[in-house]
Amino acid sequence: MADPIIISASPHVHSNKSTKNLMYDVLYALIPAFLVSIYVFGVSALVLTSVAVASCVLFEYVIQKYLLKTTVTVSDGSALITGILLAFNLPSNLPIWMIILGSLVAIGVAKLSFGGLGYNIFNPALVGRVFLLISFPVQMTSWPTAVENNTTLVDAVTSETTLGIIKEGLMYGDTMTTISEKLPSTIDLLLGITGGSAGEMSALALILGGIFLLARKVITWHIPITILVTMTVMTGIFWLINPEQYANPLIHLLSGGAILGAFYMATDLVTSPMTKKGMIVFAIGIGVITVVIRLFGAYPEGVSFAILIMNAFVPLINKYFKPRRFGSPIKSKIV
Amino acid sequence: MLKTFPKGGVHPEENKLTSSKAIKRMPVPKVVYVPIAQHIGIPAEIIVNQKDKVQKGQVVAKSGGFVSSNIHSPVAGTVTKLDMIVDTSGYKKQCIVIRTDEKDESNQEIPEFPLKKEITMEQKDILQHISDSGIVGLGGATFPSHVKLDLKNDNKVDYLIINGVECEPYLTADHRLMLEKAEEIIVGIQILMKALHINKAVIGIENNKRDAIEVLKKAAADDDRIQVAALQVKYPQGSEKQLIKAIIGREVPKGGLPMDVGVIVHNVGTIFAIYQAVQYDQPLTERVVTVTGKNLEKASNFWVKIGTPIKDLVEEVGGLPEGTRKIVNGGPMMGKAIKNTDVPVTKGTSGILVISEDEASRQEPENCIRCGKCVFVCPMGLEPHLLMNLTEKGMYERAASEDVMTCIECGSCSYVCPSHRPLLDYIRFGKSIVKKLNTAKN
Repeated sequence: MADPIIISASPHVHSNKSTKNLMYDVLYALIPAFLVSIYVFGVSALVLTSVAVASCVLFEYVIQKYLLKTTVTVSDGSALITGILLAFNLPSNLPIWMIILGSLVAIGVAKLSFGGLGYNIFNPALVGRVFLLISFPVQMTSWPTAVENNTTLVDAVTSETTLGIIKEGLMYGDTMTTISEKLPSTIDLLLGITGGSAGEMSALALILGGIFLLARKVITWHIPITILVTMTVMTGIFWLINPEQYANPLIHLLSGGAILGAFYMATDLVTSPMTKKGMIVFAIGIGVITVVIRLFGAYPEGVSFAILIMNAFVPLINKYFKPRRFGSPIKSKIV
Repeated sequence: MLKTFPKGGVHPEENKLTSSKAIKRMPVPKVVYVPIAQHIGIPAEIIVNQKDKVQKGQVVAKSGGFVSSNIHSPVAGTVTKLDMIVDTSGYKKQCIVIRTDEKDESNQEIPEFPLKKEITMEQKDILQHISDSGIVGLGGATFPSHVKLDLKNDNKVDYLIINGVECEPYLTADHRLMLEKAEEIIVGIQILMKALHINKAVIGIENNKRDAIEVLKKAAADDDRIQVAALQVKYPQGSEKQLIKAIIGREVPKGGLPMDVGVIVHNVGTIFAIYQAVQYDQPLTERVVTVTGKNLEKASNFWVKIGTPIKDLVEEVGGLPEGTRKIVNGGPMMGKAIKNTDVPVTKGTSGILVISEDEASRQEPENCIRCGKCVFVCPMGLEPHLLMNLTEKGMYERAASEDVMTCIECGSCSYVCPSHRPLLDYIRFGKSIVKKLNTAKN
């Protein structure tokens, strides 16, 4: 026998699912939302995404190769996804240098300085986004107007997001009845014909991708569904108490980054809990914080902050919400 | 909805290539290599000398204690050597080498006996017989069967569960045995029920063996104490604890035994061996072995004498195919890779799996991405990623408090890890250290 016999411990088979597979599944899941983004924001969305992806990948390569002098892990696809998710969380008319800066913070600070894939505590794309939001609040909150079948290169007209309109309206003492006249229709919200960050608008496209991720078992239902249910319940209670002061749950679910956050950002494998019980606690936290920021905070939208805050709790959640060990005493049940 | 265990588990490709291959009888080998440690516990003590003539079925090594087992000669012949040979563990172990006497007619007898339903033996004799016949758990654990049957502590055992799950991919030895010896297996179950005064028995079979489920249901139709439970296909359902949970919902307490929840579990192969021992006084000297692999043309199931070199089996199916890179004693999830085919078949050998180049080597491990898949699939509710980490860092006390010792080594974590981390390797190592520390403490 020419080749030596391999001796290794069991198991001798593998599921053949690799980290790369998981990352590429996320990539495929993001395609529908990407297409909608190009459809409504035109070339600028394409430019934004390309720049973010290129700079994320490049920064990872350069930092790993020349600064850290470690193995370059660009091929696992995780930097690619950080780039896309970062782009999806930015207005498409953001100056290019800001996109590059955001990418540097996402990859350099949030990911590699913690030790690279698997060691980062916070979702890199969100750190990049929040860094930009705090540093450049004006540019980060003037969104281009969504135009169906957009072919313009630069969007001159800017408009506000649904949540922004509501927040501002309520601040000036308007009631929901008058505000709702200015809001996009539910159908537009669902399809994504609305202002907002490049990839967060089309609930339908995002849910489609989300179902794909669930079917491929990249994510489980625990995080996205719990976030959405928590948000529905909480905004529902306020809406029932005073429908003139609080928007209905449907608007909350379909606008802003709720769907994008619930299916793609909060479910980030690295920065979410590792047990199902933990995931539910984590997701309830995200839902509650998001709603609190949206209803009572200074910012119209709070998904990014909510996810980052809960990211910080993940090690603690992992410690306290462990799976039940087989054969450990079961709490007495009433028979 | 079919029954199964509730937490964890994986579903590897089944690859039951040989499920339609009837069990063939291997020709009697010219030389058999009979190790004296084929079971868990104390090795047997050799009671023959070099050049001794031995009869087929004669005890050649006597049980070395309570948790031990007799070893019988599988052939009539001459002891040529008492030697150290490499067994499936990879270590050199003491072994009795017997050259078959080709002239002795008993070697040509085929131990096929007519079905004998009537159980005449008394309870006490049954247990003694099982002990004398060298019967050990044939599912792979090789735990001496009489130890399991020793209910002196007034244990209230009310269930006998028969393990016909065969959840390991590729293996079909139990499946074929159930199809071909269904009625004998039912009598074997009745023997145990008589010996242990148990009135409820359930045979657990996964639903990918519907023919076996049907055949056994038919065979058990006259005895309403024996049920057949069809189970959802999920690895590691053949693990005792998972099987008990799946069938009757009882949970063996941490560190406990099936007996603690009133259950005794035996593999179908063991049941057949018990039948042979009690009804026909046949000691355990042969077993069914699946010889399989994607590139083997004549993969099949065989009745094999204990001590037959694996080489002979491989030759029987057409030799090792080109590009063979791994030979596994057992199934792909829990089997042991062996260095060469000189290793003999022992009581615990349920299959020989030949793996080619493309599936033989592991992928390079990458960073843990904290996806939690290992936690989801662990049937024992452990956190494999954490246990690996703790072992890596030498934090054994902490690993012990995170229940590392309850790991059943099913390998589901390593199987599923997308970063190809060798989780089970580290956990095994951690377990061995914790065991040492515990021994040192006592």
